[in-house]
Parts: sequence; C-alpha cells; structure tokens
Amino acid sequence: MSLCNDDVNKIAHLARLAIDPQDVDQYTQNLSSILDLIAQMNTLDTDQVKPMAHPLDQIQRLRPDLVTEVDQRELFQAIAPQIEAGLYLVPKVIE
Amino acid sequence: MSIFQLSITELAQGLRDGEFSSVELTKNYLERIKQHPELNCFVTLTEDHALSAANLADQRLANGTAEILTGIPIAQKDIFCTLGVKTTCGSKMLDNFIAPYNATVVEKLNASGAVMLGKLNMDEFAMGSSNENSYYGPVKNPWNTQTVPGGSSGGSAAAVAARLIVATTGTDTGGSIRQPAAFCGITGLKPTYGRVSRYGMIAYASSLDQGGPMARSAEDAAILLQSMAGFDPKDSTSANTPVPDYRADLNKPLDGLKIGLPKEFFTADLNSDIAATLEKAINEFTKLGATITDVSMPNLQMAIPAYYIIAPAECSANLSRFDGVRYGYRCANPANLADLYTRSRGEAFGTEVKRRILIGTYALSAGYYDAYYLKAQKVRRLISDDFKKALAEVDVLMGPVTPSTAFDLNEKSNDPIQMYLSDIYTIAINLAGVPAMSIPAGFVDNMPVGLQIIGNFFAEDRLLNIAHQFQQVTDWHQRTPKGFE
Repeated sequence: MSLCNDDVNKIAHLARLAIDPQDVDQYTQNLSSILDLIAQMNTLDTDQVKPMAHPLDQIQRLRPDLVTEVDQRELFQAIAPQIEAGLYLVPKVIE
Repeated sequence: MSIFQLSITELAQGLRDGEFSSVELTKNYLERIKQHPELNCFVTLTEDHALSAANLADQRLANGTAEILTGIPIAQKDIFCTLGVKTTCGSKMLDNFIAPYNATVVEKLNASGAVMLGKLNMDEFAMGSSNENSYYGPVKNPWNTQTVPGGSSGGSAAAVAARLIVATTGTDTGGSIRQPAAFCGITGLKPTYGRVSRYGMIAYASSLDQGGPMARSAEDAAILLQSMAGFDPKDSTSANTPVPDYRADLNKPLDGLKIGLPKEFFTADLNSDIAATLEKAINEFTKLGATITDVSMPNLQMAIPAYYIIAPAECSANLSRFDGVRYGYRCANPANLADLYTRSRGEAFGTEVKRRILIGTYALSAGYYDAYYLKAQKVRRLISDDFKKALAEVDVLMGPVTPSTAFDLNEKSNDPIQMYLSDIYTIAINLAGVPAMSIPAGFVDNMPVGLQIIGNFFAEDRLLNIAHQFQQVTDWHQRTPKGFE
C-alpha cells in the first residue's frame, strides 16, 4: 500500500496536525512502509473470527448515577494557556 | 556493602534497626542521582517533596505504622500524573504541565510511604523502543553509554541498573517495561491488563496500556506490585479480581513446573548468542524440577502488523485531547481556531508521535475501518487464542525479550520499521493481555540479556515465584555496570 503526498496532507488535516512541507516526503515514505508491514495481516483468513476489543472481554461497568466530582475550576484553569473570567479563551470563531 | 546495593527488604530492615533514617537514605540517593547527569534518567528531581516524605516516613517508622515500602526511595515514570509536580510524558506538549491530581499508582505508592525522588525520562507519550524519542534527550544505557537503554521506560530501567534508585514504575503497551529491563539487566513485570489502575497514567493505547514495577529482583518487584495493584473504580477497565500476597509463594519449589517454548520465538531472527544464553538459563529451570515442552503459536508473527493498527488507532483518538486549549503547549499568535489546533499539535509533537497519529487517523478514516481496524481486531483474537491454547497445556511460556542486546544510539532512530521490529517478542503479550516478566539471564559481549516468562491471566504471583527461584540460583540480577558498583 503506497501513499502519495496528497494523501498524507489529507490525513494530517483530518488529524489537525501541521506538517512542515519539507517533511511531507519523509512521512509519505515512512507511512507507506509501515502500511506495507501492516498488509502482512491480509495473508490470514479471518472471515469467521470475532473481532477482539478487550483482552478480558469485559463489558462496560456501570456506577450509580451520583455526583462524585467537585468543582475544581480554579485548580484546572491555573495551567490553562489563556483564560478570562473563568472561561478558556480561543481565537474568535464567529466574525 | 554499599547502601546502593541493598534490596528493599534489606533497606526496610536497616531503617527499622536504626542503621540509617529515611531522610539520610533519601539524601544519599539524591546525591548519587546528581553525580550521574550523563545518563539523563530524570526529567524532574522532586527534592523538597522527597525530603518531606522521608521525614513523614521516619515518623511512621518511629510510631510503628510503617509498611515495607515506608521510607524507601523510588521514582515514577513521567507518564504518571503527580499532583503539583511537572508531568511531561517526555513531550514538549506537556513541558509546562503541572498535574492537578495524582495517578492512582502514585496515590497508592505515596500511601505506602515510599519516597518519590523524581520523575523519569521516557520516549514521548511512551512511543518508542530506545528512549531517543524524548523531548528531554536520550537516556544512556549504564552498561555502555554508546547504547540505548531501550524504551519507552528507558529512564526507569537505566536508573535502577545504575543504582540511582531502588525501584521504579514503568508502563508497557508493546514491551515498554520488558524491553528496557532486558537491555539494562534488571527485572521488569508487565501485569495482566487491568491489574494496575490506568487512572492518571497518560493514555497511549488504552486497550493495551498497563503499568508495572521495575526493580533489581523479583522480590523487590513483588513488593512494589503489591502496592500498585488492585481494583480502581476510577479506571473503567480495572479488573475487580482480588490481589494475592505476592511474596507468600516466592519460595515455592518449582517441581513439576511445565514450561512451554514457542517455536516461533526461536527462529533465525534471534541472535544466536542470545539463543545460547537463553538455553543455559532455561536449563537452570530443569535443574529446579521443571519440564520443557515445545509449543507452537502460529499467529505470533502477525502481532507487529496488528499492533501497528490497534495502537496508532487508539493513540490518534487519545492524543486528540492535546489541542492547545485547556492545558499544555499553545502555539504563538494563532490566526484562528483551526490554526491553534493544528500548529499547537504540529509544533509540540515529535516525529514518531506524529507518525502514529497519522497511521491511526488513516486507519480509522471513512472507508478504511474494516480493512484495517476490524481486521487487526480479528487478528488480535487469533493471537489471543494462541496464548489461551498454549497456556492450557503448560504453566508458563519462556522465550527471548529482544532479538539483540542493546543497540547503538542513532542506529535505528531514522528507520521506524527497524525500531518496531525490536519489539517482536513482546508485542503479542500486550495484544493477548496476559502478564509477562523480563529477568536478567546472562550476558552477550558484556551486555545484559533478558529472559521472558509469560503466564496466564492474573498469574503474577506464579511469575514472581519462578523468577525468584531462578534468582536464588543465579546472580545475573546482582551484576552492576562498571562505574556504578
């Protein structure tokens, strides 16, 4: 399976990941060889196999619907890049 | 004997006999860590925190409320959140991140009275097999500083090997405890998936990630695991299974132990000197009363392909939380919200992390899910079935941890495929979810070789027993790198 630079740019956009234009060739080459490695899986016949999501085949545990968290806004926002009046600031979304 | 060579049990005795206080022990270890900056094991030293914890430990020792770990110097892999202390996960993304809470593992070890001296270097977000992917620079292997310590828990392994600390925590998603333990000649245990809480352990691939102890001996690892293991309601995949007394059966004889050797582990890919070293080690077990059977696990060779879909897919989802909005790195002067996301992530993640996010994003993108993720999950089932079948016939499986001894710095850092293949013997175990250990089993060209012991679900006590018995008749685990005696 071989990717081209356009594929890598498209995937990077989906991942919201800025890739330096001069590095794209290298990523394309690396990702293509990783996908070649992965393609070895296709030699196994898995038509009748049930997919495995969890080693212990556990089901999601439920808990009583009670409030267990306390408000720690100040503690959490102390490490935020930019806040104002208890809100996280980001660039303007709506002009 | 130097205090830096004492085991946890010996140190605990020394503390009780008044040979030294925890404060003295802590100061000695801090001094020793500072004498070896060249190994680059620590990202952060928590000196003030350590001295106040040591003071408290001395009070507990005096008033009779001390446990075995009380007053013992340990260190945490920098993947575990530590309240009020920088928690970087080896990444520029979290270089400014002061964790607002403790991981459950940290809470538990703090409660036991263990004294945390600092946070250990690691591959960025636990992605790597050489510790060269750290934002804080590579860790050096104390056995030969031109070689890597392994990864991702490279700082944890090198610090224990160099006697800079008594024991450490690590995490293992595809071999990140066992491979560095093998490269550095120490004892490392990856418990059963779900045995140790993942709460506050920064997530890489959530269906594979598992924390565990790294120490010089199986006995020390048992003591550390005792404190780390257990059900945690804060981790939705934590196993609600009772924790046995891991030291109770350490001395159980190995008569009648059935060891299986998967033939897929002993192929031409394995360095022949390592194969010969392992053969001698396995022979020790027959002297101890074990019997050896050959087993076949035909799907093992598909572990790396399946892992490099499952782990990147989970990582691409987990790492989407790092967006420059609430914590962590934010780029300068973002033009708009999309620019803030993409540039913050692009500037703060390293190359390997980006590669895995891209692979995972691609595998989960529209139209590819069945061909990649679903296929990998089916292959995972086949691999898991191989383990279940083999472990129904024998008590444990044994094999290599790594195909070679520690490789040179920069040898594989530009070739991701070669780097991935260095985990060929460890990755399948994470996919199956069973526990496995790496123990020192000899040397090839003066570099340590690890033996892997793989057990059934929740058989950590059995693995520790087997490793401990081996360590009663061998002294590989007591060998110390030159200059660190």
